[in-house]
Amino acid sequence: MTTETKIEFREIEDSQQRHVRHQGMEAMQVLDVIEKDFSENPKAMQYFYDLFRDVYCNGIKPHPGKEMIGTMCVQVPDEIIYAAGGVPVRMCNGFYTDEEVGAEFMPAKSCSLVKASLGMLKSKTNPYSDGIKTIVNPTTCDQKKKSAGIMKEMGYNVYDMELPPVKESEIGREYWRRSVRQFTKEVGKITGNKVTKKGLKKTISKIGRAQNAYHRLNEARKLVPLPFLGKDMFIVTNAFFFDDIDRWTLATEKLADEIDQRVIDKHNTAGKRSPRIVFTGSPPVFPNLKVPLMIEQSDAVIVADETCSSNRLLNDMVSVDEWFMYDMVDAVADRYLKSCTCPIFTMNDDRIRRLIELVRSSKADGVIYQAFAGCGVYEMEQRSVAKAMEKEGIPMLYIETDYSPSQGGQLSTRIEAFVESLKARSRRK
Amino acid sequence: MSIKSRIDRIDLRPFRFWFQLAAFIFLVYGGHLAIDLGNSLPTFSCGYNRDGTAGTCYLLPLQHQLAQPWSRLFSPAGLTVLTGFGLFILWFMVLNKAWCGYVCPLGTIQDWITGLRKRLGIPYSNYSDDHFNKLKYIKYFLLLALIFIPLAIGGQFLSHDWGVPFCKICPARMIIPAFNGDFRQWAIDFSNDTKMWLTALGMFITGLFLVGSFIKKRFFCFFCPMSAFHFIFSKLSILKLKKDGSKCTVCGDCYRVCDMQIKPIADDIDSVDILRDDCILCLKCVAACPEEGALKVDILGKTVFEATRGGFNKRMGIEKNDN
Repeated sequence: MTTETKIEFREIEDSQQRHVRHQGMEAMQVLDVIEKDFSENPKAMQYFYDLFRDVYCNGIKPHPGKEMIGTMCVQVPDEIIYAAGGVPVRMCNGFYTDEEVGAEFMPAKSCSLVKASLGMLKSKTNPYSDGIKTIVNPTTCDQKKKSAGIMKEMGYNVYDMELPPVKESEIGREYWRRSVRQFTKEVGKITGNKVTKKGLKKTISKIGRAQNAYHRLNEARKLVPLPFLGKDMFIVTNAFFFDDIDRWTLATEKLADEIDQRVIDKHNTAGKRSPRIVFTGSPPVFPNLKVPLMIEQSDAVIVADETCSSNRLLNDMVSVDEWFMYDMVDAVADRYLKSCTCPIFTMNDDRIRRLIELVRSSKADGVIYQAFAGCGVYEMEQRSVAKAMEKEGIPMLYIETDYSPSQGGQLSTRIEAFVESLKARSRRK
Repeated sequence: MSIKSRIDRIDLRPFRFWFQLAAFIFLVYGGHLAIDLGNSLPTFSCGYNRDGTAGTCYLLPLQHQLAQPWSRLFSPAGLTVLTGFGLFILWFMVLNKAWCGYVCPLGTIQDWITGLRKRLGIPYSNYSDDHFNKLKYIKYFLLLALIFIPLAIGGQFLSHDWGVPFCKICPARMIIPAFNGDFRQWAIDFSNDTKMWLTALGMFITGLFLVGSFIKKRFFCFFCPMSAFHFIFSKLSILKLKKDGSKCTVCGDCYRVCDMQIKPIADDIDSVDILRDDCILCLKCVAACPEEGALKVDILGKTVFEATRGGFNKRMGIEKNDN
């Protein structure tokens, strides 16, 4: 009798496949925490959890057959890209897996987000960055600016969108308007569809409706008792980076309806004495929701944020006086410049004012300020923000962090200590 | 829904259009129905529109009264100047600068010209910051001139040919009577040099008015001495435009819809009373503001109209599924 030995060879993964697997694991881990470590998730959140699972774990591409245009920063006008028949997809990335790939392009002490975004564009394993040919890169911080050359080298068609370093002056405003007018022409050439009056009016209203859905959630989370957690808000706004806008808006409106009901029912997702936190600084981008999750796992709740991955992305509205191209394009331009609280501008009193207003209106107990190590502008602004908060009597915790998974213990200790101190403070009152 | 929140959701554009039209008809044709609101109105309801006008612009009697001989002006008889002025202030207190944005016939005509331009889809122009800051003094210069030239006539430093100098160059003198079919003012007065130059300048300014307001929204208001005069007393009014700087995100939505290019409406986050000298209180800024309560209109300290997110969405056509 002969024994037939069947030897099965496991297929050897290439680096690409390994990358995809690691990425999936990274996403899965965070999604599991978001979904399963917290009770009382709103039912309508399931759409968003599933969306992230589909895209990052199951590799489902979000916009089959559509011209996706990559955007590197929050200042790229989505309205205009949609009006030209394209789909804007935000390239800011939160994967540690990608950061490791991107590290070769940037100095060691540069920002995790930029490295991760470059890594994603290099590896092309991200389901939505795959298929992107054109990337619009506003001249924001130095690291993003210098990424233009690197992305060109990788073979992308990079459109430099010039943003002024001063936003208060009329010169800056006019400079940016010219940039946006030029972009309106150019984007039409990229997609092959000219931006029309009718088209732009429609997309302004489409995004307005999306913003309105966001605002409903944002107002609800300012309330006591708190109807839903900050981690879910980050998931919702992060989905706006790449999701189909109509589906996103419907899902967010559905969520807002559920949240409104919770408000009526006085449903409380916070603990009895959970301190209320305003989150600011370098943007939490999925799956790097490390700090927000630590905060909410330490019995604190995030009730407002001032970041370009959430609040700044959807806060300010377009206001048009005359519904013609000449006025609409300028109106869109203004939305992305004047009220922008990005730290790349020379002065940033608006950001401090916004923070104070958020703390007041959401009855927050403190601020947590995250800066990615190497993100010069947020690191530099820390001092002035800390000073302003001290003057207002608002406790603030400054955290320097990056995407590496090794930092966990030390970080959570600091956050827990801060949360405890806020609790002690409120007891004293 | 309460009355207040209904008002906050009002579509300001048609409201203003009909209000202005009614005010225009009332002031320009009301005289035929023997309506007379006196001659101290703080708006360009032109006195040269003899039969039609339902009340006269205060600048006409003011220039007449100030041109009295000094012996009379500075005697108890001169007190009549003060009664006229007192009435002017009382009228003004009611509406503040909304006299410009809602009542002034000349302002309404400019808005109609703007409407025509919009229909043709022609872009508007704006002044650059630099030009704005230089040109804004013209209205004060005109105000001083319309006070001191009549005074100089009374003091016999200037001849009576300089009488009512501002009316001679004001476009309302030619345009408003024309709505009653009266084109007698469309002429250059050749009786002497001074009158010839002034009326010729007036004709030129009327042309400029028609062309200018086609290109620039509310072109003339920027130079209007009445606007400067209003501003001096604006603190007395019962109607106030207020701003809550803490709620403002400096997004500039208010500034970008402003016909008068008033930048501080967006950038000034400290002033509560945000009314500026060029303001015509059209309230477009309040209607264009998406931040709850950042801009509001108070009458006698009670808020009657304020910026709301719901109102903004409705006016911008993005209302769907909004609770």
